[in-house]
Amino acid sequence: MKRKSDERAEQLTRRQFVAASALGGVAAAIGCRTGARGNWEFLNDGQARTLAAICDQIVPADQFPSASEAGVLTFIDRQLVRHFRSHQDAYRDGMEQANTMSRKRFGRDLADASQEQQLEVVGALERKANPFFELVRTHTLEGYYGTPRHGGNRDAVSWRMLGLDEPPLLGRAQYDPRKGSPS
Amino acid sequence: MKQVNAVIVGAGAAGGIVAKELAVAGLSVVLLERGRWYTANDCRKDDLRNQRTTVLGNAFGPDDDRNPRIVVNSKGELHTFLPSEGPYSNNAACVGGGTLSWGAQAWRFMPQDFKMRSTYGAPPGSSLEDWPISYDDLEPFYEKAEYEIGVSGDYSDDPFHRPRRRGLPMPPLPPGREFEILEPAAKRLGLHPFHIPMARNSVPYNGRGSCMRCRWCCGFACEVDAKNGSQNTVIPIALNTGNCELRTECMAKEILSDDRGRARGVAYFDAHGHLQEQIAGIVIVSCCAIESARLLLNSKSRLFPSGLGNRYDMVGRNLQGHQYTGALGYFAYDTYDDIGPGADIAICDYNHGTPGLRGGGMLANEFIRLPIHTIDRLPSGTPGWGLAHKKAMRDWHRRTIAIIGPTQQIPSAEARVTLDPSVKDKWGIPVARIQGNCHEHTYEIGDIQAERARKWLLEAGAIDTRLLNQAQNAEKLTRGPDANKVRSLSSHSDVVPAGQHQAGTCRMGNDPQSSVVNRVCQLHGVDNVFVIDSSVHVTNGGFNPALTIMAVAYYASDSLVRNWKGTGFRS
Repeated sequence: MKRKSDERAEQLTRRQFVAASALGGVAAAIGCRTGARGNWEFLNDGQARTLAAICDQIVPADQFPSASEAGVLTFIDRQLVRHFRSHQDAYRDGMEQANTMSRKRFGRDLADASQEQQLEVVGALERKANPFFELVRTHTLEGYYGTPRHGGNRDAVSWRMLGLDEPPLLGRAQYDPRKGSPS
Repeated sequence: MKQVNAVIVGAGAAGGIVAKELAVAGLSVVLLERGRWYTANDCRKDDLRNQRTTVLGNAFGPDDDRNPRIVVNSKGELHTFLPSEGPYSNNAACVGGGTLSWGAQAWRFMPQDFKMRSTYGAPPGSSLEDWPISYDDLEPFYEKAEYEIGVSGDYSDDPFHRPRRRGLPMPPLPPGREFEILEPAAKRLGLHPFHIPMARNSVPYNGRGSCMRCRWCCGFACEVDAKNGSQNTVIPIALNTGNCELRTECMAKEILSDDRGRARGVAYFDAHGHLQEQIAGIVIVSCCAIESARLLLNSKSRLFPSGLGNRYDMVGRNLQGHQYTGALGYFAYDTYDDIGPGADIAICDYNHGTPGLRGGGMLANEFIRLPIHTIDRLPSGTPGWGLAHKKAMRDWHRRTIAIIGPTQQIPSAEARVTLDPSVKDKWGIPVARIQGNCHEHTYEIGDIQAERARKWLLEAGAIDTRLLNQAQNAEKLTRGPDANKVRSLSSHSDVVPAGQHQAGTCRMGNDPQSSVVNRVCQLHGVDNVFVIDSSVHVTNGGFNPALTIMAVAYYASDSLVRNWKGTGFRS
């Protein structure tokens, strides 16, 4: 049986999501500008482009949005000056290494490389057991699948993808504190 | 500051109960709590910041700001961990303690759990021992805890807990989909499944409504206040007597002693960081196993140069918790019903009685999963990232059941809490150092429990399974942001898994040379100091320990009140 939430999730296709995001100024935030520091708290725009490329290999786009489209960069950027402060150096070095690797292999920045080339670089980071890779993998998945409250998983897009009601219905609509619990 | 009859350090599961029992009996009480008083409004449903998933910190304390503990691995290497990092072994720091945000499984131990040494014999290298009190001594107090705190469930299909005088005050919540899948499978295997006892209102109780069955349960404060802890039951009663004053954000520094070695009160830093002294006739230590040991060890005096009650170097020893193992089952259809609290079915067939094993533990289905919990729990062989990972999240998040349980640890005297000689917290108090492990046999039992969980899942129709055994747990520690630091602790064999179920550091016993408190939780050699919390557990059962902490608190308070002579305590 198809659940209501599944249908809703399918209605929210990637194309619609990207279009909606662009209207909301998200496309600008993921790095269409260069040079200046944009709206980031930690990243500069160049780093943001590199990080977006990496995050989007960890959670790529399919019929549902990629990591950066769902706001994961905002999540990581905010936390790099908060709870992830101690990882600032690892991020700075890791993003630089990824970019260097891309330039050496393909003669261009990671952000400008093809999907296949980006995949190769991120795969190489993992095979080298680069500590930055483990950080960015974990943080990307946490941002994508965690609560929208911290900037990732915008509009609860990953929860809808998994078929979870958003806003949650069960345990709420049926709740009447004067009676027993809903079954 | 006005002198009171009793000062209690720690407003958690035990401290709240002691405060209520003493205040109702007419004693004047000051209850000190290092954390804050949160309410249902602090639920926040933040799956990255709660007491179970601490990616962005602990929601209910302690915070990471200059609050470290030092963990020593088997090679003698020292590592610093913050409260939101796993090996710190955090519980909580707030009014209610762990019972504000717990999953609320409210288990009685079984009679054998109090007689582990005489049932099984102590393996060499272990400190396995019997409690000086029995299940029968505690039974009336288990019942009191079940009624005053409020427990729902149904033990009637469980043949392994001894007959009880009264049933639970509330029926179980209606079964979820996992219950319906797992119950017939367990019965086909000859097991005895039943409803988990939960400190959660299934019907209105104690003036609060019932569970609304949402997704944000274990690790969160309950949004509708239907989950029962000391903060919404006994502590309000204590305050209503007019005899109890609760002081939050107050960090105890040390227990003060007089020239004769009796305690005269507690020195603590108040919410503004000012050092205060609360003079009292009785001091009760209820800070949970690691911090209770730390407070005693930090309370040095002429008569107790190595810490109060520590004449025989026993304070801090026998640190234990639980070894959690089990299995994940992957199903061909949706097992997920989006109805909390998720955990609802358990078996106690494997707690005792397996030839060759010294004990075991309860097995139950796990609390409702949030997407964040599925990230590293996909079928073996699934890539950790990329399109395949994203697709596997879609395929499996709603089609997984986890069965896990707490294996009773075989304690060791070498697993212990000491003071770090140089590192201090933000108040300038020496921090706890954790080292040593429980007995190796614990891990053998844990791995067998994992296989048993797998068998149950396969019988229920799982098309694939994955063990959450020792090897998997060790591997899990090597993923994630703290991987490098954790990896250097090498494997499980390094440090005891204590955490939220931490216990054992102020062992209860009749012999002052091999224990810290007597059978009514009174410190050997200091008759006006009591340790009342999980620290006194000789062994920690194959169950979540909170209801036992509560029963011991009622039991010890009962003795304390009966021996109270109006102006002082005489043993």
